[in-house]
Amino acid sequence: MLSFIGRRLLQAMFVLLIISFVSFMIQDKMGDPVRQMVGQSVTLEQREALQQELGLNDPMLIQYGRFLGRAIQGDLGTSYYYKEPTIDVIASRLPATLELSFAALVLVILLAIPLGVFAAIHPKNLLSRAVLLFSTLGLSVPIFIVAVFLMYFFAIEWGILPSFGRGETTSVFGLWQSGLFNRDGLRHLLLPSLSLAFVLTPIFIRLIRAEMTDVLQSDYIRYAWAKGISAPRIYFIHALKNTMLPVITVGGIQLGTLVAYTILTESIFQWPGMGLLFMDAVTRVDVPLISTYLIFVGVIFVVTNTLVDVVYSLVNPRVRIPGYS
Amino acid sequence: MNVLHRPPVQGNSERVTRMRHVLVAMRGDKLALFALLIFAFYCLVALLAPLLAPYDVNSTEFMNLENAELAPAWQTGDTRFLLGTDTQGRDLLSVILHGTRLSLTIGVCAVLIQVFLGVGIGLLSGYMGGRLDAFLMRVADIQLSFSTMMVAIVVLAVFQTLFGHAAYQQLAMLMLIIVLGVAEWPIFARTVRACVFAEKEKEYIDAARILGVSKARIMLRHLLPNTVSPILVILTIQIANAIVAEAALSFLGLGMPPNQPSLGALISSGFNYLFSGAWWISVFPSVTLILMIFVMNLLGDWLRDHLNPQVTRG
Repeated sequence: MLSFIGRRLLQAMFVLLIISFVSFMIQDKMGDPVRQMVGQSVTLEQREALQQELGLNDPMLIQYGRFLGRAIQGDLGTSYYYKEPTIDVIASRLPATLELSFAALVLVILLAIPLGVFAAIHPKNLLSRAVLLFSTLGLSVPIFIVAVFLMYFFAIEWGILPSFGRGETTSVFGLWQSGLFNRDGLRHLLLPSLSLAFVLTPIFIRLIRAEMTDVLQSDYIRYAWAKGISAPRIYFIHALKNTMLPVITVGGIQLGTLVAYTILTESIFQWPGMGLLFMDAVTRVDVPLISTYLIFVGVIFVVTNTLVDVVYSLVNPRVRIPGYS
Repeated sequence: MNVLHRPPVQGNSERVTRMRHVLVAMRGDKLALFALLIFAFYCLVALLAPLLAPYDVNSTEFMNLENAELAPAWQTGDTRFLLGTDTQGRDLLSVILHGTRLSLTIGVCAVLIQVFLGVGIGLLSGYMGGRLDAFLMRVADIQLSFSTMMVAIVVLAVFQTLFGHAAYQQLAMLMLIIVLGVAEWPIFARTVRACVFAEKEKEYIDAARILGVSKARIMLRHLLPNTVSPILVILTIQIANAIVAEAALSFLGLGMPPNQPSLGALISSGFNYLFSGAWWISVFPSVTLILMIFVMNLLGDWLRDHLNPQVTRG
C-alpha cells in the first residue's frame, strides 16, 4: 500500500516538473523581460548589464532552477496587463469558476443519477429509450451551440434571464465574493451552469447506466433478490453503491473536460472566471498569466488525479498491482 | 469507410463474414440504416463539395460585402443565394458544403494519426509486456487525465502567441490535425493492448513463435488483423469527437481563421449577428454540424453493440 502511494506521489512530482518546465519554456521563449522593464530608450550596454544582473545570460537549467525556487514561494511573475502578481489575479477569479462548476455538478447529479438508474432498471421501457436517445443527442450537440441558443432564447428573445456577467455578489467572511446568496447572482448563474450541465449529463447517464446494468447482473444482487430484500433497497442501497465507485473515478478524470468546457462557457457568457481570464490573456499575449494558468490548472489536475487514484486503491485493492487492469 | 488502412487479413473469408454480419444486422435496424444513409450523404457531399457548391469559394468575387447578411431565398425571393449569405457576403450554402468537407478532412486525418500512434504503441505494449508496457500505459493514463480539449486549447493558444496571429492562420489546419491526432492516441492504444493481451495467449501465436516468426511479423500480420473490430468500434466516435473539437476550437478563435469555410468559425461569426436578427448565419451550420455528429455517434453506438460486445468495457 505504502509503495503504491509512494509510486503515485513520485509520478505526480514528475508530471508537475514537466508542467513547470513547459511553463518556464513558454515564459522564457515568449517574452523579453528587459524590454518589458525598460522599453526601447536604453543603450545596448545598459541593456546587457541589466540582462547580466537579472541572470538572463546564465545557462537555461540554472534559470529553470531559479524559476522553480520562486514558484515554490508562490511567485510566478507579474501579469503584463493587470500589473499584479499573476497568482493573485488568478486567485481573484477562482471563486467564479468554482461556483459555476459546482452549480453545474449539482444539476448533473440531480439529473444523471435518477435517469441513469431508471434506464438500467427498465432497459426496455420507452422512457429509457428516450433517455438514451437524448443522451446520444446531448453528446452530439457541441457546448458552444447549446450556450449560444440558450442565451438567444432566454436572454434575447424572451428576456427572462441576464445574458452575461455574474451579477451581484455578496462577500462571505471577507474572502469569497459569492453569487450564490442573492437572487441576481443566481439568475446570472442559471444559463451558464445549465449549458455546462447539458453536455456533461449525457456522459454520466451513459456511464451510470452501463455500470448499473453490470452490477445488477452480479451474483450478490441475485442473492439479495433471493433473500427477499425489497426492490428499492436493492437498487438504491446495494447496487447504487457499487455503481458509483467507477463513476466517481471517471468523474475525477472528467475534470479536464470540465475545465475545457468552462473556458468555452465563460467566454460565451462573459463569466468573469479563470477560463475567460485565460482567453483574454491569450488575446493580450500576457505570457506570465498564460504560464501561471498552466501551472495552476496542472497542479489541480495532478492533485485530484493522485487523490482519486489513492482513494480508489484503498477501496479496490486490486489496482495496486502494477500492470493489472 | 475507407479511412482504415489495414494489411491483408489471412484469407478473405473472415472479413467477408464480418462485413456480411454487419450488413445483415443493419438491414434489420431502421435507425442504424437511416444513420448510415445520412452519413454516406455527408461523405458524398464532402467529396463533391467543389462540384456541388453553387459558387467557387476560392474566386476573388466570392467575398462581396455588398451581398452581406442576405436572408435565405424563401424570405427575400432572391434566388442567387439559397440559404442566404454570411457577414462577409459569402454564399452560405457553398461555405457549409466546403465546411463539411473541411470538418471531415480534419476529423479523418486527426484520427488517422491517432490510429497510427495508438495501434503501434498498443501492439508493442501488449505484446512486449513488462516494464515497457507499464511505462507506456502510465504515460497513456497521464495523457488521458488532461482532457483533449484542454491540451488542444493550451497548445494552440501557446502556438498562436508564439507565431503571431498572421503566421498561425497559415498553419491552423496542420496544427489542428497534429494536436487532435496526438492528444487521443491512448484511446486506441488501450483498446488494442487489451485485445492483444487476450489474443497473444492463443495457440496460433505460440505456433507462430515456435516456427521462428519474427516479433514484428507476429505483431503486424497475426495480431493486428484481430484487433480490427474494436478499432472500428471506436473509430467513428473518435472522428465525431475530433470534428466537435475542431469546431469548438475554431469557435474560440484558436482553430481555423474566419476567412476559411469552417463550420465552427462560421457559427462563431454568426453568433454576433444572431442578436440583430440574422439567425441563418449560425443556425444552418449548427444544424449541419449537430446532424453530422449525431449520426456518427448513433453509428458508433450501433457498431459497439453489434461488432463485439466484449470490448465495450475496454
